[in-house]
Amino acid sequence: MIPLQTPSQTIGPFFKPSLVRSGDETLARRESRGERIVIVGRVLDGDGAPLDDAMVEIWQANAAGRYDHRDDLQEKLIDPHFHGFGRGSTDQHGCFRFDTIKPGPVPGVGNVLQAPHINVSLFARGLLKRLVTRIYFPDEPSNAADAVLNAVPIVRRSTLIARVESTSPQPLLRFDIVLQGENETVFLDV
Amino acid sequence: MNTPAGYRREAPGIHPPYDYRAYASTHKRAPRHEPMRIEHTLSEITGPRFARDTLGPGDGDLTLFAGGEALGERIIVTGRVLDEDGRAIPDSLIEIWQANSAGRYAHDSDQHEAPLDPHFSGIGRVMTGVDGAYRFLTVKPGAYPWRNHYNAWRPNHIHFSLFGPSFATRLITQMYFPGDPLLALDPIFNSVPDAAARERLVASFDIGVTIPEQALGYRFDFVLRGRGATPAQS
Repeated sequence: MIPLQTPSQTIGPFFKPSLVRSGDETLARRESRGERIVIVGRVLDGDGAPLDDAMVEIWQANAAGRYDHRDDLQEKLIDPHFHGFGRGSTDQHGCFRFDTIKPGPVPGVGNVLQAPHINVSLFARGLLKRLVTRIYFPDEPSNAADAVLNAVPIVRRSTLIARVESTSPQPLLRFDIVLQGENETVFLDV
Repeated sequence: MNTPAGYRREAPGIHPPYDYRAYASTHKRAPRHEPMRIEHTLSEITGPRFARDTLGPGDGDLTLFAGGEALGERIIVTGRVLDEDGRAIPDSLIEIWQANSAGRYAHDSDQHEAPLDPHFSGIGRVMTGVDGAYRFLTVKPGAYPWRNHYNAWRPNHIHFSLFGPSFATRLITQMYFPGDPLLALDPIFNSVPDAAARERLVASFDIGVTIPEQALGYRFDFVLRGRGATPAQS
C-alpha cells in the first residue's frame, strides 16, 4: 500500500503546558556567535484582535549562514552553541518574543544567496494547518535581490520585513503577524 | 555545492482549508490571500533536531503522575512514523497532549465542569526508534463540549506534534478513536476534504497491541511528506 500523507488538524487552545516550556524562546546562549537580537511581535486576527492562544516557532541559520542539520552541506562552521530552533506562545496581548542572533545568508535556488531571514511557523485554534512566513531584516541591502521578497507584490513586501523598535542595549525588532485583512502578512506555501 | 532534494508538497484534498465555514474560529483567522508557493531551499529542507536526552524517563507513560495513577481506561498508542516512500523516520520527536478521562484538560483556560485528575497531566513526549516506531501509555481521553455551535462536542482525541526531518515536514494533528459517533458531527475532523484521508486520522484497535489485564492497544501510523525527485537547488 502506498503511504499517504496524514492530514493536519488544529493545535486547539490547550497546547501550552505540553508544548511550550520556559526557555524555548531563547535561542542565543552566552557562547553563541553573532549579533544578539530580540524579536517581538503581536499576532492579530481579521478584526485586529490579538490572539492569546497562538504558538510561534522559528528556525534559522547561525551567524555564518549555516543550518545545524545534516542536509546543510556548506563548508561553513557549525556553531556548537547555536541550534536555531525556538518556540513561544502569545500572551494575553497577543505578544511573542525571541532572543536570538541575526542569521547569516544561506544559498537559495541556483545557489544564489538569499537575504538573511528567519523561518516562522504559526499554529493556533482556528488554524486547521500551520501558517508559514519569513522574517527579513530592515536596512539589509541583499533584500533587493532576494527571490522570495521579489516574488511578493511590492505593496505587501513590507509585511515580511521586521521594523527596528530600538537599538540599545541590543537591536529590538518588531514583526507583527496579521492573519487576515488590511496589512495581511504574506504567508508562504512550502 | 550539492544540496539534497526538497520535499513533496501537501497532497491535494488531504489537508483542511484555512477557511472552513463549520469551524467558527477559522472565520477571523484564515488569511484572505492564498499562501505564496516558494521553491524549497536549505531553509525548508533543514529543520530542528531534538536530543533523546531531553526526554524524561516517564515522558512516554502518562498513567503515572505526581505520585499516583491516573483514572480512566488505560490504553497503549503505538505505530510508526513514515514518509511517503514508506521509509521510517527515526530519532524524531513526538509530543502529545490530551484531556483526562473525564474530558478536562489540565489547562487554565479549560472551564469545562468536569473533574481534574491530580494524577494526570495529559502531557507526553517520545522519540521514534530506528524503525520509526513510537509508543505511549496513557488513558483514553473523554469527549468534551465546546462552543462552536449548539450542543457541540469534540470526539475523543489525542493531539500529536511531529517534526520529521525538515521544516517542510512539520505536522500537528489529532488522532481519533474507532466507532466514535461524534466524528460525523465534528467540524474539525470533517474539515479534511477527502473521506479516505479523514479515516487515516482514526486509530485502529489492535488486540495484538493490547496487554492482557492492563491496557487496550491502538495502532496509529503517521505519514509525513517524502523527498521530491529534484534537488532543492542546483
